[in-house]
Amino acid sequence: MSKYTLHVNGKAQAVDVEADTPLLWALRDTLGLAGTKYGCGVGACGACTVHVDGQPARACQLPVSSVGKRRITTIEGLDARAMHPLQQAWQELDVPQCGYCQAGQIMTACALLKQHPRPTDAQIDDAMAGNLCRCATYVRIRAGIQRAADIAAEGKGKA
Amino acid sequence: MTRATPPSPSRRRFLGQSAGVALLLGVQAGGAIAALSGNGETDASGDFVPNAFIRIGTDGRVTLVSKQPEIGQGIKTSLPMVLAEELDVDWKQVRVVQGDLNPIYGSQGAGGSTSTPTNYDNFHRLGATARTLLVRAAAQAWNVPAAECRTENGAVLHGASGRKLGYGALVRAASALPVPDARDVVLKDPAAYRLLGTRVGGVDNALVVSGQPLFGIDTRLPGMLYATYVKCPVLGGRPVDANLDAVKRMPGVKAAFIVEGTENLNGLRPGVAIVADSTWNAFRARKKLAVTWDEGEGARHSWTGFLAQAQQASGQPGAAVMRKDGDVDAALAGAARTVEAAYAYPFISHASMEPQNCTAWFRADDGTLELWAPTQNPGAGQALVATTFNIPKEKITLHITRSGGGFGRRLSSDFIVEAAAIAQKVKAPVKLTWMREDDLQHDHFRAGGFHFLRGGVDGDGRLVAWHDHFVTFANRVEKKESDGGSASVLQPGSGGNLSGDEFPGRWVANCLIEQTPLECRIPMGPWRAPGSNVFAWVFHSFIDELAHAAGRDPVAFRLELLGDKDLVAGTGERGVPYNVARMRNVLKAVAEKANWGRRKFVRGQGAGVAFHFSHRGYVAQVAEVTVSKEGRLRVDRVVVVADIGAQIVNLSGAENQVQGSVIDGLSTLMYPALDIDKGRIVQSNFSDYPLLRMPDTPTRIETHFLKTDYPVTGLGEPVFPPLAPAVCNAIFAATGKRVRELPLAKADLSWS
Repeated sequence: MSKYTLHVNGKAQAVDVEADTPLLWALRDTLGLAGTKYGCGVGACGACTVHVDGQPARACQLPVSSVGKRRITTIEGLDARAMHPLQQAWQELDVPQCGYCQAGQIMTACALLKQHPRPTDAQIDDAMAGNLCRCATYVRIRAGIQRAADIAAEGKGKA
Repeated sequence: MTRATPPSPSRRRFLGQSAGVALLLGVQAGGAIAALSGNGETDASGDFVPNAFIRIGTDGRVTLVSKQPEIGQGIKTSLPMVLAEELDVDWKQVRVVQGDLNPIYGSQGAGGSTSTPTNYDNFHRLGATARTLLVRAAAQAWNVPAAECRTENGAVLHGASGRKLGYGALVRAASALPVPDARDVVLKDPAAYRLLGTRVGGVDNALVVSGQPLFGIDTRLPGMLYATYVKCPVLGGRPVDANLDAVKRMPGVKAAFIVEGTENLNGLRPGVAIVADSTWNAFRARKKLAVTWDEGEGARHSWTGFLAQAQQASGQPGAAVMRKDGDVDAALAGAARTVEAAYAYPFISHASMEPQNCTAWFRADDGTLELWAPTQNPGAGQALVATTFNIPKEKITLHITRSGGGFGRRLSSDFIVEAAAIAQKVKAPVKLTWMREDDLQHDHFRAGGFHFLRGGVDGDGRLVAWHDHFVTFANRVEKKESDGGSASVLQPGSGGNLSGDEFPGRWVANCLIEQTPLECRIPMGPWRAPGSNVFAWVFHSFIDELAHAAGRDPVAFRLELLGDKDLVAGTGERGVPYNVARMRNVLKAVAEKANWGRRKFVRGQGAGVAFHFSHRGYVAQVAEVTVSKEGRLRVDRVVVVADIGAQIVNLSGAENQVQGSVIDGLSTLMYPALDIDKGRIVQSNFSDYPLLRMPDTPTRIETHFLKTDYPVTGLGEPVFPPLAPAVCNAIFAATGKRVRELPLAKADLSWS
């Protein structure tokens, strides 16, 4: 075991784990941040999507020893009041069914909206293709992203 | 930062005290409401607790218990909505908590789309009974007749005097009142519903979108250890020996041992347990594990072998005759046109997003076992643990966590009994987490199957002959004397038993339905709309083939086949009646909504229709597709008409289920398939077991509910079955290509 310092959601956190431990399990088991989900362990489902220096990444494919000083944002750290436009839109449109994949969906969608504040359906399809939803809430995820774009635009209009 | 999953002390107190409260109405196993006690005592908390599901505090806050497991079907929102409707409380003031497994709640299994139909009426009565008590308490306080009082938004009002008392203020008085006679409890007039039928977001949505611990896999207890469990890659095999010492030397590993298991393919399978101080340390220790397996007879089985067996069986009479009406051979000989076709579909896994897991804590000092399980079937989980280890049920506590998808997988309790086995070997709570590979390869699978069909139409284009020889899969099960025999029998897997009543059985004068089981060691289990999820595809595809052979419009052909009777009785005592009138209505409605027959499609585009009755729901669908010349399929539009009775409980949840069922239906049609080689499942993860993703999602899914006077029924399953045949029939209309083997991804749909 080795000690690593991870910068998670704006805080420096020490974890004492094997070097090859995926960030996913350090978050879940060591730091108790259960919002990042285990789905496949091979980077094929997107349930474990977090942001690394603002870019979406698969936490199951990222050994803790490789993270270094890069800043990790998890679903718990997306917004201090859990009122990110995506989190608002997801509730407004009642997107989840079982909800297990939704943290990963939101983290991926967040990166999309940063790049394309008004994404087309094709851009949504393209950006979200790596995230599985077994309940198949895709119709509402699409609508949720569009609605979040509206909310974000409204917020900027007011400010 | 972290929140332990066990119930908070206050919730424990709530549930613990429910058994001794003043006016306790429970839903008994039989489904009836009964006054379990009514001695006028006040609940020790000072709250009004008229039954096991409702608690109202003196501050007016309402807490409702969800008795059914939440697996994504929305029951944790919809059933409490029924209570809130009858109680007449503001939904925003309601808090919903998940109930543990508790006999006071009656059956808690969430399977077969039964949660709504078996609880709906009771929940109305439970809510209305509590409301009646609150009204009586207010009437007493004001010294007016109860009939002069009404309720609104968490308060009782007396119209004549304009007086008003919030429920919180009535808690003490209401708690002292005797249970009203059932005849004096008046349910709300559906026309007065304020909540039911509206769109309400899931009660846990805020927790879901903020990543709070909710699911079984999120369970975290002080001192908890983490386990993985390795089973023989050949289904039905067992470990003989393993390099446990080497595994124990891996970092963080606390224990490694062989679990003997039982013979039951759906019970505690033999395997090797590794227990560590983290999930990852358990997983990575597996890489060092070397096991000598006794692979058993399953090692001789492969999909290609099964296919050859099925083809051989197709030339023989079936092992069992499920239905025989008239004379099929004579009718086929005399038919104007006949069609023969073979349909096949593979084994598939459930692949819920949350891999199977369970946390168990065995206390050796008093022999109690506490479980935290993402299960659809908590009672069965407790029962399997009790019988496997001879632990009395009273010593097994089971906390129902949210499930990251069910689809029938969590009706099985193998992951629960494995966690229980491991927990008895360690002196700490232990969370067993299956790797995705375990989940995919050690499922209780949806059985594959083969149908060898013959059909005939007469000169007027009517269906006159139908013959299906269904070759299915079965496990050998030893029947005990107590079960009425001691011989071993071949028991088809869940959904692998074809009823002679399955449509169009009962509708065709000359009908022969036969079934032959292939023995296998593959564990099988219920998969969303068991049986129906494939039978609808096979039969409505073949009906379509016959409609086209007859030169008939597919909707007209089906309406004629359904016939003029409004109700067709089931065969035998256990047969399920088929309400033909309801099916005709959804079929006519979907044709109208989809503009069936009035639209011209260019080559490469087309529409298809199908209907199916399952899980008490009557559903018809029209799919419109585009198939490119290269054979790429796009589903442009799906129109769904469903009759699930008199009331949609939560419109948002209902529409979500319809959309999800349609896309899941399309996903399952297009992609997943498991190969079996020497008894092993070949595929191992989402990388070689693809499921539909966002880009394949249809852009237009239109949902219509026909409200009827029939009982309110469930929606987790019945919309799934008609999707696949509707799409395949549309593909035929677009391209002239008939899909007879799943998954669709294997088919060449290109045209020129």
